[in-house]
Amino acid sequence: MTAASGAYAQDCTIKVGVLHSLSGTMAISETTLAETMQMLVEGQNEAGGLLGCELEAVVVDPASDWPLFAEKARELLTVHKVDVIFGNWTSVSRKSVLPVIEELNGLLFYPVQYEGEESSKNVFYTGAAPNQQAIPAVDYFLEELGVEQFALLGTDYVYPRTTNNILEAYLIEKGIAPENIFVNYTPFGQSDWATIVSDVVALGAGGNQVGVVSTINGDANVGFYKELAAAGVSADDIPAVAFSVGEEELSGFDTSELVGHLAAWNYFMSADTPENEAFIAQWQEYTGDDSRVTNDPMEAHYIGFNMWVNAVTAAGSADVDAVRTAMYGQEFPNLTGGTAVMLPNHHLSKPVLIGEITADGQFDIISQTSEVEGDAWTDYLPESAVLTSDWKDLGCGMYNTETETCVQLTSNY
Amino acid sequence: MLRLLFACFVLCLAAPVAHAQSLQAILQGHADAVESPSRKTVDAVIASLADAPVDGIPTFLEDWRDKSIWMRTSDGVFFSVVEDGDGLILTDLDSGEETTVADDDGFSQAKPNAGVRRVISGALVQFLLSDPDISRRIAALDSIGRDPSADQLDPLRASIAGEPDADVLARKQQLERQLTAQFGTDTDARIAAINHLSGDLSVEVRGVISQILTTRQFVAASIPDGTNVAQILVIDEDLTADEAYQLLVSEDLAPATVSTADIVSTLTAQIADGQVAGVAVATLDTDAARYAAYETLVANGDAAPFVSPEERAAALDAHTFYTAYVEPNSAITDAAEDAQAAISLQLGVGQTFDLTLDALSLASIYFLAAIGLAITFGVMGVINMAHGEFIMMGAYTGYVVQQIVPDYTVSILIALPLAFMVTFAAGVAMERLVIRHLYHRPLETLLATFGIAIVLQQLAKNIFGTQARPLTSPDWLAGAWVLNDVVQISYIRIAIFVLALLFLGLILFILKRTRLGLEVRAVTQNPGMAASMGINPDRINMLTFGLGSGIAGIAGVAIGLYAKVTSEMGADYIVQSFMTVVVGGVGNVWGTLAGASLIGFTQKGIEWFNPSNTLAAQTYMILFVILFIQFRPKGIVALKGRAAGD
Amino acid sequence: MKNTFIARNPSVLWFLLALAVFTVVVTILSEATGFGLISTSFLKTLGKTLCLCLVAIAMDVVWGYCGILSLGHFAFFGIGGYAIGMWLMYARTEGLVQVSLQSSALPPTPQEITDAIGSQIFGVVGSSDFPVIWAFSHSLTLQLLAVILVPGLLALIFGWLAFRSRVTGVYLSILTQAMTLALSLYFFQNDTGLRGNNGLSGLQNIPGLEDRSQAVVSLWFFWGSAIALALGYVLFAYVVSGKFGSVVRAIRDNEARVRFLGYHVEQYKLFIFTLTAMVAGIAGALYYPQAGIINPAEIAPIASIYLAVWVAIGGRGRLYGAVIGAALVSLLSSWFTGGSAPDINLGFYVIKWTDWWLVLLGLSFVLVTLYFPKGIGGIFDALGRKRVEGDAS
Repeated sequence: MTAASGAYAQDCTIKVGVLHSLSGTMAISETTLAETMQMLVEGQNEAGGLLGCELEAVVVDPASDWPLFAEKARELLTVHKVDVIFGNWTSVSRKSVLPVIEELNGLLFYPVQYEGEESSKNVFYTGAAPNQQAIPAVDYFLEELGVEQFALLGTDYVYPRTTNNILEAYLIEKGIAPENIFVNYTPFGQSDWATIVSDVVALGAGGNQVGVVSTINGDANVGFYKELAAAGVSADDIPAVAFSVGEEELSGFDTSELVGHLAAWNYFMSADTPENEAFIAQWQEYTGDDSRVTNDPMEAHYIGFNMWVNAVTAAGSADVDAVRTAMYGQEFPNLTGGTAVMLPNHHLSKPVLIGEITADGQFDIISQTSEVEGDAWTDYLPESAVLTSDWKDLGCGMYNTETETCVQLTSNY
Repeated sequence: MLRLLFACFVLCLAAPVAHAQSLQAILQGHADAVESPSRKTVDAVIASLADAPVDGIPTFLEDWRDKSIWMRTSDGVFFSVVEDGDGLILTDLDSGEETTVADDDGFSQAKPNAGVRRVISGALVQFLLSDPDISRRIAALDSIGRDPSADQLDPLRASIAGEPDADVLARKQQLERQLTAQFGTDTDARIAAINHLSGDLSVEVRGVISQILTTRQFVAASIPDGTNVAQILVIDEDLTADEAYQLLVSEDLAPATVSTADIVSTLTAQIADGQVAGVAVATLDTDAARYAAYETLVANGDAAPFVSPEERAAALDAHTFYTAYVEPNSAITDAAEDAQAAISLQLGVGQTFDLTLDALSLASIYFLAAIGLAITFGVMGVINMAHGEFIMMGAYTGYVVQQIVPDYTVSILIALPLAFMVTFAAGVAMERLVIRHLYHRPLETLLATFGIAIVLQQLAKNIFGTQARPLTSPDWLAGAWVLNDVVQISYIRIAIFVLALLFLGLILFILKRTRLGLEVRAVTQNPGMAASMGINPDRINMLTFGLGSGIAGIAGVAIGLYAKVTSEMGADYIVQSFMTVVVGGVGNVWGTLAGASLIGFTQKGIEWFNPSNTLAAQTYMILFVILFIQFRPKGIVALKGRAAGD
Repeated sequence: MKNTFIARNPSVLWFLLALAVFTVVVTILSEATGFGLISTSFLKTLGKTLCLCLVAIAMDVVWGYCGILSLGHFAFFGIGGYAIGMWLMYARTEGLVQVSLQSSALPPTPQEITDAIGSQIFGVVGSSDFPVIWAFSHSLTLQLLAVILVPGLLALIFGWLAFRSRVTGVYLSILTQAMTLALSLYFFQNDTGLRGNNGLSGLQNIPGLEDRSQAVVSLWFFWGSAIALALGYVLFAYVVSGKFGSVVRAIRDNEARVRFLGYHVEQYKLFIFTLTAMVAGIAGALYYPQAGIINPAEIAPIASIYLAVWVAIGGRGRLYGAVIGAALVSLLSSWFTGGSAPDINLGFYVIKWTDWWLVLLGLSFVLVTLYFPKGIGGIFDALGRKRVEGDAS
């Protein structure tokens, strides 16, 4: 890349920090995103760079170690002096980075679906908020599948906990009795699913349609779906919708047992649009492997990066405050059709897709909504319902609409 | 709504035909609903088909359900389609004429979701109950089982007479009873059906009974006549006084109480010039002050008064809280209550039995994972922290074999001995290269083998990646042994149980009946004496270590089959395995068995007490083990005599 | 007889001198003084490394001197971190809440303030009530006491149970590992009230010091860590010297004989086990405000095993060995896994250090255990002996 720098008029490299784990437990998910970012930066340089400058990707490895995320973020901002950071996967790593980013006024693009209940001036959330993934999926259960008995199964950490809290409140509001909602939390990497699956099957004894909403994370899914299949439960008997199972995860499963189960995302690789075809082709060419899959957080980075590029162009500089102002209202076409818009609450408006797992490890898209606006503070928990986030006009991420005051400027971490 | 339309559908089919129409033309009238179906729109399509005197409706419905209906986007015409590579084979819906196109561009597939598919299947039940193809009849019955409705009763009854297959007949009769119990019109027939279902543990039957017994909560000054009361609720027993009062408030039978939030909002609304009710706002920073200010407001008539405890009690006394069945006929609900009582007794027995099976299965997994460790630990007093990684090596061996040999049965048969050989070799190599030098430094063996564990784990990550790898069981191990809907256990778990028994037998045989076993036992008890009797302890140690590691490899294949293969799977089992060995007592196969059973059953027991938090169960289990060791430091089955020395 | 302790332990003086020089040099080069050769993020790394050295010498005392291979000392370290983290979170959130509640129409009641703090801290895990274990979190003094007392008490109870029933050797190691696993699983649970997997975060923002830059605060913590390490070193050097130290070492070498000589072996072991656990707690309380976040993954059993690895590589039974091991291995680890180490291109294969560092560490660890049981510290011993021999000749 240094060889090419001579082609640029000025010597004014713009640095893009990439903060994704390349080793440790999260490497499997995050390495792909780090590669995606490098691909996007390379693509932008080939297209003439940005503001006549060359882009340089600064890749660091926080090694799936949460305190190390904070350390590396500080290093990126103070030592490498990057103009923007794309990174993080887990919520805890984001919470680790937040104080540093806010202290040093950095800019972070966070590409993964998350639990909401947060709004930072320095973070753009390009993944789905609960109302862009969990709520539509549950609506689908209620309206299309007629589910009346819910099993909310999750791994014991913040994303499932908060999401299930929101869903419980939402379901009760929709008239589902609290005793018809079964909640269970299991450790990371749980493998003994026999008892839990038989508990879920037993829910059918109420005579209502049972549905599983799964926020089970990573490897634990393998055992869960295996046990479900072994118990003779098909997707027609008890459908399961997952929020953490995408194309990348499916490559580790024997998908014949999962056919018909569901996942909700804002992007599926099987989306049939020319933009998506081009993106997949670019990705497989970049990695030199035509079996590599694309997934939802990759699309989030794709949209986030392109919006940032446009915002920098519009602002005429990579300065964080200028770029942030220019980000509001940025539009960019989704890979699944329609247009993503950056809202004043730092979330995107994106369509919600629901897919049925097919035998070849892909998703058959059976439902696609129009664009849904991401909501930082959920409407279904009493403390959050009164809060709103508007960094553009109100200049506050935690604005109480009842008292019409700004609760606080820094985010919760 | 759907049911109604559907009944109409059945009637209309029989009605004389007014005028002929094509299927295509009807579908064009609902083009959007056919092309992108939803549960909200599917009813209309099915209703319109019901009016139509055209052929091929069942076939169309089946095709539609199976996602085989496509639309040509240029003119919106629907076809029944078979995909052929990139191309499509189109069949005209009315004429049955086939055409082939080379590319699916310009066609869009109708993808009914699972909810729509269930509705379509329900509509198809009519046609399929007497279908010559048995699998379609079974599918129709499954569809009734999933989504029973009143209008299925007549066609189902009509189809029973002509049913040739005994199993299907039995299923039809069972479903007929369930439908009668839930939707029948004749009270005696319903009670008879309910009595017949009594004691049946299946989820479907329990669903039927609980649907009949659905209750609603009510509150009234007196219970209206003709109410089928399920239970009169007693305050402080069945519901708290607060809940009861809230119920009264929500029914507009009592004035609302004043909450803290109400006080705040009322006070806030009446602030004027930094004062409210004559008090400075700044002083209102305690609940007592706010309460006093609110009372002033009440006295001035500016706020709603508090509800006194006496008023509350009086209001509660004046009303009856009760639940009532939705089903008005008490004879039926009584019969259903009896049936439910009979079922719940059996259910308790069944659940206990099922939990026992789960615990047995967990115990056998722990046993398999720990037995290799027990041998090496017991015989050599050596802690092998890399034992978990040997389990992982076995699992990855299974995975690699499956990549080469596609037949799952053959690959498992190859993988088991191969995993044994690979880990046996690894174990022997480790013993020769590392452990041999550390026999007199047990703590350092622990650390050195931990170093090896790090290396093996990282190597596995470098080679196979961190993604979980699938290890698929052969078809004959798929599914579960089902006694009834409560008691069932997957075949793979039974296989692991059998494998554990097999190894228990094998190890006992080796230890008690072979020359090697004799020598191993001699070395276990007193290596010095054994050596002076002509036994080569070096060789025994090596073989024992190999044997222990080899069994770990086989355990790895078994664990991989039921869960997952990852580079970290070994670490998940190592602490559990150690505890199994320690709890059971070192150096004794029976001890390991006892340890595994104790841990397996304890864990399932704790899970049963607290089903919503599996993590807590694990924590308490470990605490239990730590405490257990306090009272039996040498484990359940302790070696006696000299061999027990440190 | 003044100065006998120092006179008998010249290495203590050398160590203190080296530490003092190191601290001064780092201070001069830090961003706070303007030189800026050492970035704040690296300064934090150095400060954290000093804390790791402190817990490593505690580990060395319990294992290298007393022969108890505890696989639980990093759990005590973590508990110390949690104890201080609770106060840091509470006090910081209280500040924020006070400001935001000032804008409400009525002045807040104490209950409202508590509720608001609760929903801020526990909002991320979908709760807003304060769990019982947060009862003292408002008080810095009480939480500082907890930093020492909670690990100490836990070690005391566990040690009493274990030593009383004469659990020794590898059994004890496994039991301590089980204790660590139980603790980390316990902390992982949301119901515990310590925010589950998310843990406590934002700990680098010290309440009351908001207007100081991180460069300054980090330097203070670096000094604090250096002082704690110095004090800890002197304390442990004192404990392991003299008659008491001799008994402790004798227990390591042959516990039964010491018992037969009439010593209360259990009491000695219990004292060492508890004291080192307390020091580990202090080290943790200094470490996590520099790291910024503590969560249950920090106290997973593997962390305690790594602690043993550091001590083994550095050289057991010598305090400076533990310091060398902890500093060297943890700094090397972060260098290799941080992606800054250059990849080695072999033509047919590229060795990425992020992938191969652990393999290297594991292998070197096996080799050290097999062939250099004295670790790196052994080299110093050999040099020291040579010098003494040289002087003699």
